[in-house]
Amino acid sequence: MTVLVAGTSEQAVAGRSLWRDARARLRRNRAAVASLVVLGAIALLALFAPYLSIHPYDKVYFDRIQVPPDFGAGHWFGTDGSGRDLFVRTLYGARVSLMVGLLATAVALAIGVVYGAVAGFVGGRIDELMMRAVDVMYSLPFMFFVIILMVMFGRNIYLIFVALGAVEWLTMARIVRGQTLSVRRKEYIEAARASGVPTPTIIRRHVIPNVLGPVIVYVTLTVPHVIIVESFISFLGLGVQEPLTSWGVLVSEGARVMEEAPWMLLFPAGFLAATLVALNFVGDGLRDALDPKQRP
Amino acid sequence: MTAPLLSVDKLDVRFALRTRRGLLPTWIDLRAVDSVSFTLGAGETLGIVGESGCGKSTLARAILRLVPAAGGRVLWLGEDLTKLDDDAFRRRRRDFQIVFQDPLAALDPRMTAGTIIAEPLRTFHPELSRAAIQAKVAATMRDVGLAPEHINRYPHEFSGGQCQRIGIARAIVLEPKLLVCDEPVSALDVSIQAQIINLLKRLQRERGMAMIFISHNLAVVRHLCHRVLVLYLGKAVELAPTERLFARALHPYTQALIAAVPVPDPAVERNRSKLVLRGDLPSSLAPPSGCPFRTRCPKADAVCAQSMPALLPVASDHTVACHHAG
Repeated sequence: MTVLVAGTSEQAVAGRSLWRDARARLRRNRAAVASLVVLGAIALLALFAPYLSIHPYDKVYFDRIQVPPDFGAGHWFGTDGSGRDLFVRTLYGARVSLMVGLLATAVALAIGVVYGAVAGFVGGRIDELMMRAVDVMYSLPFMFFVIILMVMFGRNIYLIFVALGAVEWLTMARIVRGQTLSVRRKEYIEAARASGVPTPTIIRRHVIPNVLGPVIVYVTLTVPHVIIVESFISFLGLGVQEPLTSWGVLVSEGARVMEEAPWMLLFPAGFLAATLVALNFVGDGLRDALDPKQRP
Repeated sequence: MTAPLLSVDKLDVRFALRTRRGLLPTWIDLRAVDSVSFTLGAGETLGIVGESGCGKSTLARAILRLVPAAGGRVLWLGEDLTKLDDDAFRRRRRDFQIVFQDPLAALDPRMTAGTIIAEPLRTFHPELSRAAIQAKVAATMRDVGLAPEHINRYPHEFSGGQCQRIGIARAIVLEPKLLVCDEPVSALDVSIQAQIINLLKRLQRERGMAMIFISHNLAVVRHLCHRVLVLYLGKAVELAPTERLFARALHPYTQALIAAVPVPDPAVERNRSKLVLRGDLPSSLAPPSGCPFRTRCPKADAVCAQSMPALLPVASDHTVACHHAG
């Protein structure tokens, strides 16, 4: 008996980290796992789009304009008003929309979290200065900003990421700063200071993990917003150009003809909706997984 | 007499409070700690007592530079810590650690117990291997009465007493020379309090740490401390060895504090005469003129309203700030 007890206490229990625990908790969340599978499948479809259909995305079939889904001809989702295959176009649209959605959000997340956490944690004059700068940038009209970028650098799909990321991080920074203000007065921050942890490490190790909850929720709201804004920019002729397309463009085209050709709206909108629902479940799952107080 | 490990010399802490009276905001100085001095020898325990809001915690935090000091000096083995810049001071922190009042709030809710206890080690010994850190954490956990198997649990999975043990483990893992305990037991159940007090007492004896023990529980202070410093409205009013203080306190405030400790015998308790203080603690924003205690003092007279009594020795190791002492 004593040998057994000594054995268990001498044997070192492997240390775990928040992130490893979070992964385990996420894996137990069925909705989140299913949503990750859905997102992965859509991403794979987008990646292998050229090999999945006999039709190229920009080929115009003059004899098959706006035909409903037709399995015999390989038009699984039908064709659009110019006689192009909608299935391939939806998958090509996924490339642009997913890339814009994820990259622009990632840019916003990276800048916003660091900026907001530093402003909120350091506080005082630096905080004032940093947040007034955010206010000034907020007041710039978004379209004006996009047009200036286009004029300066020419029309380029990557500019959309930059423009969207540069605007979306402002809200992220405000959210993170607000959360940081409430976290930095907590005693465990004082304890970390008393233990001699340098300020940048305190921000990285204690502040950011503790403000992630609302940040993740905001990320799941930002992705759809960015996808919609992209379609608006494209509609103005500043974003994705024909014959390339995106979900936002397809949905707005489909909405115009939804009475005579509902498939043109339903398929791209279905993909968009499925992606957004899946992202929401993943976001909820992540938020719960990162909170150790949630029952596993 | 041991050489002083820590010497606090006329330490001041002020908070600037912004008030909106009229159109423009004005700043009012709140003197949270007002010219407090004391020394602490290696292995010695100093108790700091006083009512809520008298500056006990602020004094401790100012020594550890968790709040900025407005004036005065803190000497560590003769070296002035207040002259060090923040980075140089940060590297000294391994020698003085703190245990906080609220056991759960002082632990990052997203870190496991093992990570929390390992943090000071990782900060000051980045060269240590994962296994070495783990071994040291496990040893420290055993030392404070925690099961090393619980290394992967999160703070909310522990009881208050266990959380406080984690806090103590984090504070002693670097083997500091001074441990500041900021009311470490006042948030705990009475039955757990005794365990934590005895744990602190044992750790101090085994490791030869000096300790500053902040409390408003005089019974605990009497059990644990060699000397006691009494604070009132941010000012030191009496400093004496524990037994001497309890036997013959000279300041009326100290006398009242000691009289307020209940005696665990109903017969004695019912009949003993108690010195009960009238009124509340005056606001630190508008302290009374002269002696800060005069508004509640039974011995107060005209002199008390005119001048602040100096902290004067009445014996070699006993100082008191009262016009009517002795």
